[in-house]
Amino acid sequence: MTIALETRNLEKTFGGLRVTRDLSLKIEQGARHALIGPNGAGKTTVINQLTGVLKPNSGRILLEGQDITDLPVHKRVLRGLSRTFQINQLYPDLTPLETIGLAVSERLGHGGDWWRRMGTRSDVNGEIADLLTRFHLLDVMNEETVTLPYGKQRLLEIAVAIAAKPRVLLLDEPAAGVPESERHDILAVVGSLPRDVTVLLIEHDMDLVFSFADRISVLVSGALLTEGPPEQVARDPQVKAVYLGEEAVNV
Amino acid sequence: MTAILTNLFDGVAYGMLLFVLACGLAVTLGLMNFVNLAHGAFAMAGGYVCMVLVNRMGWPFFAALPLAFVSSAAIGIALERTLYRHLYARSHLDQVLFTIGLTFMSVAAVDYIQGSSRVFINLPAALQGQFDVFGVGIGRYRLMIIVICGLLTIGLQMVLAKTRFGSRLRAAVDDPRAASGLGINVPQVFAFTFAFGCGLAGLGGALSAEILGLDPYFPLKFMIYFLIVVTVGGSSSITGPFLASLLLGIGDVAGKYYVPKMGPFVIYTMMIVILIWRPNGLFGRTAAR
Amino acid sequence: MTASSDVGYHAQRQARWHYGEVAFWLIVLGCGFLFPSRYLIMTDILRLALFTMSLDLILGYAGIVSLGHAAFFGVGAYAAGLLALHGIITEPVLALIVAGLAAMVLGFATSFLVIRGVDLTRLMVTLGIALLLEALAERFSNITGGTDGLQGIEMQPIFGEIPFDMFGKTGFFYSLAVLFLLFLFARRVVHSPFGLSLRAIKNNPLRAAAIGIPVNRRLIAIYTLAAFYAGIAGALFTQTTAIASLDVFAFERSADLMLVLVIGGTGYLYGGLIGAVIFRMLQEFFSTITPQYWQFWIGLVLVVIVLVGRQRLHRWVLYVPNLVIKQVMGRKAVVAVPESDA
Repeated sequence: MTIALETRNLEKTFGGLRVTRDLSLKIEQGARHALIGPNGAGKTTVINQLTGVLKPNSGRILLEGQDITDLPVHKRVLRGLSRTFQINQLYPDLTPLETIGLAVSERLGHGGDWWRRMGTRSDVNGEIADLLTRFHLLDVMNEETVTLPYGKQRLLEIAVAIAAKPRVLLLDEPAAGVPESERHDILAVVGSLPRDVTVLLIEHDMDLVFSFADRISVLVSGALLTEGPPEQVARDPQVKAVYLGEEAVNV
Repeated sequence: MTAILTNLFDGVAYGMLLFVLACGLAVTLGLMNFVNLAHGAFAMAGGYVCMVLVNRMGWPFFAALPLAFVSSAAIGIALERTLYRHLYARSHLDQVLFTIGLTFMSVAAVDYIQGSSRVFINLPAALQGQFDVFGVGIGRYRLMIIVICGLLTIGLQMVLAKTRFGSRLRAAVDDPRAASGLGINVPQVFAFTFAFGCGLAGLGGALSAEILGLDPYFPLKFMIYFLIVVTVGGSSSITGPFLASLLLGIGDVAGKYYVPKMGPFVIYTMMIVILIWRPNGLFGRTAAR
Repeated sequence: MTASSDVGYHAQRQARWHYGEVAFWLIVLGCGFLFPSRYLIMTDILRLALFTMSLDLILGYAGIVSLGHAAFFGVGAYAAGLLALHGIITEPVLALIVAGLAAMVLGFATSFLVIRGVDLTRLMVTLGIALLLEALAERFSNITGGTDGLQGIEMQPIFGEIPFDMFGKTGFFYSLAVLFLLFLFARRVVHSPFGLSLRAIKNNPLRAAAIGIPVNRRLIAIYTLAAFYAGIAGALFTQTTAIASLDVFAFERSADLMLVLVIGGTGYLYGGLIGAVIFRMLQEFFSTITPQYWQFWIGLVLVVIVLVGRQRLHRWVLYVPNLVIKQVMGRKAVVAVPESDA
């Protein structure tokens, strides 16, 4: 049982507020791990620290056994750690073709190539085409991202993260804000991710969490409340107490 | 020793003048996230109004000063209601371009109307010359500047801290959306503050004719100084720009005295160094929204 | 077409030479033969176009706001002037390259300052650097000639063969050649993965880092390249006018540059070229109305353009030309100014 992603005593303070308290998480290779908790628990802050957008005050982060705590954002991506954002972070003026093309180029190491024209490498083109098809984006590949409907944008958001061929994927509320009619696509895509990719999922949608995850960690006020397989967490009275009054838990 | 004190005195006077000139810009930036590079033009307007009143129409100097304030504030309100408010939501680049355009227009207009040479305001006898305090030369004019600007600063601080308007302003600077949610009329607060800042600039312009020199190119020449005060001092308080102005004033005077060959470099280098070290200013966020 | 080749086709589409582009360059070349009495002003436009293109590279493609681009222009100008004046390098093309490299070094050195901080900080830092250089140039007037500038520069023939003539003919074709070559290179760069990554950084730096783009490295690279281009523009200025004085560093120069890009549009390389033509014509026009105060009109144009909105303005301006193009060459050839809020 190898550990794909791990935090050790992670601490983060904003001003006087401790938003991450002594957090030690272990996520197994190939796991479908969900991180849940009420609003304001600090879930996105954890993801931001894992990816390097925020620097923790103390504690270490290890990716596949290697300490990445001091690595900048882009280096972590090249080591196999990729993420989606809760609110789409896409390029308004770029098309899906360009967006995914860029991600693929970077991964293959061609990103800094200033001489060769875009689109002249057939291996890159093949991969782009494949991703666009899988994510139902082929028909809109030449439209500027800002013109796309929200559901398509969300698919693009996930596609870009997948284009980096990550070994560990962090999904921050992938179904958030997606209209009911388009949710199915998102859920299908998340469910069809290859088994060798480790996935950490943050979600509020309990249907998705309980159908997808094989292990759940519950975060409350920046600290780990409990952790375990879905049935155990669902029955835990502490978890129920935290969620009562928050939202109806469909277990 | 006396040289140091004299320089310190001159530097403080210069710094306080810069503060009065620049604090309007700091508030504009901090409150509405608006980069107004034309700020110097309002200062220039006040200076020329004062000059016309005193030199051409024989008004006493101290009576003309408030009018410098009022005229610049009036121009500020007029421009804000008609032009500026369309640009609050635009990018900083658009704001920069727009205000540079306004600056060019004002520079050329004043050049056309008044000619391009430096103008002097006739000072009353009481303000001319200096007196000696233990060998330190205390210029009367500079002393007046320190007094007036000092009183203004204290007044501003008190308004901010002790009055309702002040707390509304501080709330709006901190978080405009939350503030309007609380019922604060943010656009109105801003319009008033903008006008006040322009008025202060006008007053500063009138005061600076003697020390900095007043000519049609004033807005362009001193723009960098105002910007330094604002970026180094940050725009989330009054103390930041105040300290930054003092630092700048003393630094400039000291630089010109002790290393005359390197005069302006001291300022620019200081600014660049400070901005490398603290990209958001020494004292706080600058338009961190 | 399979999906893969479809992708390839569309990815390369932007990089293909548009009819309009070929026509544009042919017209420019043609002007050199059609207007032999106007070489000086046409050369001025070419230099301005190159200078503006260099700003477009950082502003339009990478989103770096700079109020002090004249710093690199000035360094290039003085470098070329000094090289010629003191006979250090007499062959113009070689001197041009060396002057460009001098500006490039400055660009590289200052790029570290520029990648930090928000837009306002960048404006300040770039402005500060330009002012610093201007002050330096004034202070060291024994080298730079102070306010009078470098006097008595004489340019040797290009490649030892083609002398600079009085009418500016050599200057024009020399500048055109330099502009075109640099344009070709820039075109190549912006259509490469590197160029695309710059656009991504401008659109969303957070996302760019999150897909593995080393943001700072890329910005430093393009800023350095832009400095090289600006330095060459400055060197061209000195070489074709035989003057180098303090106003190569002037703030007005950097500000005019912004106006040119605003008129022409950013982010598609031709903005600088088209904008330069229009700007210069505007300048001539205003100078004839009020010779001393034409800056007023320039300021007014700037104010109006910003108020109206750059995108709306471009749509209006291109309305008629696009109608014509649609008739003649079909929908696909229509010119759209790819404008995002820079």
